[in-house]
Amino acid sequence: MSEAHSLEDIKNQVRRYITVFVALLTLTIITVTVSYFHLSVVPAIIVAMFIASIKGTLVASYFMHLISERKLIFFVLILTGTFFLALMTLPVAHHADRGGII
Amino acid sequence: MIGVQYGITALLFLLFGFSLMILMRWQLAYPGQPIPFIGSWFGDANAPGGIMLPEFYNQLGAMHGTIMVFLGVVPLAVGAFGNYVVPLQIGAPDMAFPKLNMMSYWSYFLGGVTMLSSFFVPGGAANSGWTSYAPLATIATTGQTFWLCGMVFLITSSLLGSINFIVTIVQLRAKGLTFMRLPFFVWAQLVTSFLLLLAFPPLEAASVLQLMDRLLGTSFFLPSGLVVAGQQLHVSGGGTPILWQHLFWFLAHPEVYVLILPAMGIVAEIIANNTRKPLWGYKSMVYSTIFLGFMSFIVWAHHMFMTGMGTVISAFFQTTTMIISIPSVIILTALLLSLYGGSIRFTTPMLFATAFLPMFGIGGLTGLPLGLAPSDIHLHDTYYVIGHFHYVVAPGTLFALFAGVYYWFPKVTGRRMNDILGRIHFFGSFIFINGIFMPMFIEGLAGVSRRLYDGGQQYAHAQGVLHWNVFMSISAFCLFFFQFFFIVNFFWSLWKGKKVNSDNPWEATTLEWDTPTPPPHGNFIKPLEVFRGPYEYSVPGKAKDYVPQTEPEEV
Amino acid sequence: MQVPYTVNTRNDTGLYNAKLGIWLFLSSEVMLFGALFSSYILLRVGADTWPHGYEHLNIPLGTINTAVLITSSVTMVMAWASLMMKDFKKYRRYLGTTILLALVFLVIKGFEYAAKFEHGLYPSTSTYFGIYFTLTGLHGLHVIGGIIVNAYFWGPGSRMWKTDPDRLTHRIEVAGLYWHFVDIVWIFLFPTLYLL
Repeated sequence: MSEAHSLEDIKNQVRRYITVFVALLTLTIITVTVSYFHLSVVPAIIVAMFIASIKGTLVASYFMHLISERKLIFFVLILTGTFFLALMTLPVAHHADRGGII
Repeated sequence: MIGVQYGITALLFLLFGFSLMILMRWQLAYPGQPIPFIGSWFGDANAPGGIMLPEFYNQLGAMHGTIMVFLGVVPLAVGAFGNYVVPLQIGAPDMAFPKLNMMSYWSYFLGGVTMLSSFFVPGGAANSGWTSYAPLATIATTGQTFWLCGMVFLITSSLLGSINFIVTIVQLRAKGLTFMRLPFFVWAQLVTSFLLLLAFPPLEAASVLQLMDRLLGTSFFLPSGLVVAGQQLHVSGGGTPILWQHLFWFLAHPEVYVLILPAMGIVAEIIANNTRKPLWGYKSMVYSTIFLGFMSFIVWAHHMFMTGMGTVISAFFQTTTMIISIPSVIILTALLLSLYGGSIRFTTPMLFATAFLPMFGIGGLTGLPLGLAPSDIHLHDTYYVIGHFHYVVAPGTLFALFAGVYYWFPKVTGRRMNDILGRIHFFGSFIFINGIFMPMFIEGLAGVSRRLYDGGQQYAHAQGVLHWNVFMSISAFCLFFFQFFFIVNFFWSLWKGKKVNSDNPWEATTLEWDTPTPPPHGNFIKPLEVFRGPYEYSVPGKAKDYVPQTEPEEV
Repeated sequence: MQVPYTVNTRNDTGLYNAKLGIWLFLSSEVMLFGALFSSYILLRVGADTWPHGYEHLNIPLGTINTAVLITSSVTMVMAWASLMMKDFKKYRRYLGTTILLALVFLVIKGFEYAAKFEHGLYPSTSTYFGIYFTLTGLHGLHVIGGIIVNAYFWGPGSRMWKTDPDRLTHRIEVAGLYWHFVDIVWIFLFPTLYLL
């Protein structure tokens, strides 16, 4: 990012960083608090991963500047994300479809 | 030049890996007979009295596969040809990250040393197949630990290299060189690099997990209640060997496209040049390559049809596997159609490149019954599989790589390789390579399993086809003999080969021929601009039958 | 001829080389940790019993570590912003803080590991502990790697400010991207291992 950054731009960015920081800490407290309710496994996973995804997106979008990044980077990440999903889902789908034998 | 370093190292590993297979073929043709001449070299632990022990056969098998794939073919196709030709073909002064490139090479070298040294540890080299399935690999001898460490080095080398390639191709193209003006070889390397980048890390993770199972007593891949040699294994259990298979094949399937794509790239360049006409269907080939790369990530479990897989997942992977054959066929068809109507010059590179087409065709077609679960039930883990993949890699990729050596030798050295020796090398190799691998389909269909140290001698159902073992082994020895024509030609031509009288002896259009021979530091002496696509051969109305990419338009 | 676009961006891609390079590297790291997460899923689904995180792991310590890493991510991006604002002193203060916070993370992790070993809990104890130690161990190695890189840029590497300030700014941006990734991995690791 070597577009000309005015001091104003950077100061705005800094304000955004602080906001995101507070949001991240808040979400951390939320996710820990929810865990104390000891939800059953599936809802617990959904809630925890949902909150983690928001936190991850915030870090990626603002600290890693993804929100203003070029298309090419997005393309690489979407490609990676697709294969990541394949790696997460297909092995366990294979396991489930085997009739439960280990 | 890193490309040359990779090239020499890889060629040496190819020869070594080939030699391992020659030993195996002796045992398969004449099980239990002492290995002639060199039988005493292997020591009593491997071959007492020169007679190969099953344990040694298993080492040879596992290491032949590992060395050929990871130390030979990929470093030659990607490390050597990629590093040397890609920057030249895109008009770049160097790779984007030269120091990272050096690290890639030395990591590869270290990986190779680790793999080779494993032959000398107690118990010898890795012996659980190149696929290192748990739990066998977990309880295997020390050589397996070396294999895993070697793989970590090799994977690191590949990852660093792939980052370099992608950034170089995206960022360092010369002025006017848009993506659709890239030589097909560069497209092939670009997609290959994405495959290496995203598919290798799971195997790196898996290797670490297997190392932990072996060294720290973990049970990632060990199920509960495993009994070894009558004793219950003292581990926590709870793991699964299937996990290893998923992580291994997640890499190993894209890996086979890594093996073939650069080869297709080389063949494409040579065919266009030696038919004096543009490639047929360049755009289709590019889109097919991209689609192929993408699909290669979601077919891997066709290597796992026999794991008790349920019908839903089996249907999914069979479907994706059938779909992935389409882009391969498109690329092969385009290359075949590129021959039609061309003024074909049967130079030595062109002989190899043309032979690639039907050989890859056989390899590809024989893959279909393996990719369909019902037929795979009969054919899995038989010699049919070995025949299938060797057709694609040996008379397929290796022929393309030979073609590349003959083709680009004048660019690197300023001399041509000897044509007569080249043709002898070609015809001898072509005949005998088919002699080795065609009978494998026969043996496989008869049900002869792979990885049997005696070639199937003990099985009644194999008896009718066992004579093919001798035929195949003799073919292998002859094939080995004909490689000497290449080796001698290569070294002789370095010093005594006929000097070329121009920087562009093949009258080619792509940028690598637009630079001094050999290319200086910084590759090009003047900044380049590209004005047209890569295959402007026989353009009507032009004086010459080729128009280089960098030649300015007539005003 | 020098390799172009090491500092300037290329017009059609809008990127300088190292930025594309680091995002590609991070993609491969996503697949690396992805493989371990996939292993976690398969091992847990295939297990007869699987302990909840809170049975074995110290949630308050984990939460503190999460806050530590998040804070270090902020200080890291502030280090880059300081260079963009041409404030070298602030850059060193923020980068130094990042390194210190990373060390705090490791110390806390060290306490956690030591406590486990004292109770005779090792990677070999069960697949739960196997994957716990591997995931956090690999993450920890990445933290160490980040500390080394950042320490280099805080120390000898910072000399580049005098000779090629734009290039140093890019390098800090790239180092920052790596560090944020390490933070994101923990953001997912923490709930997976500690809270579920």
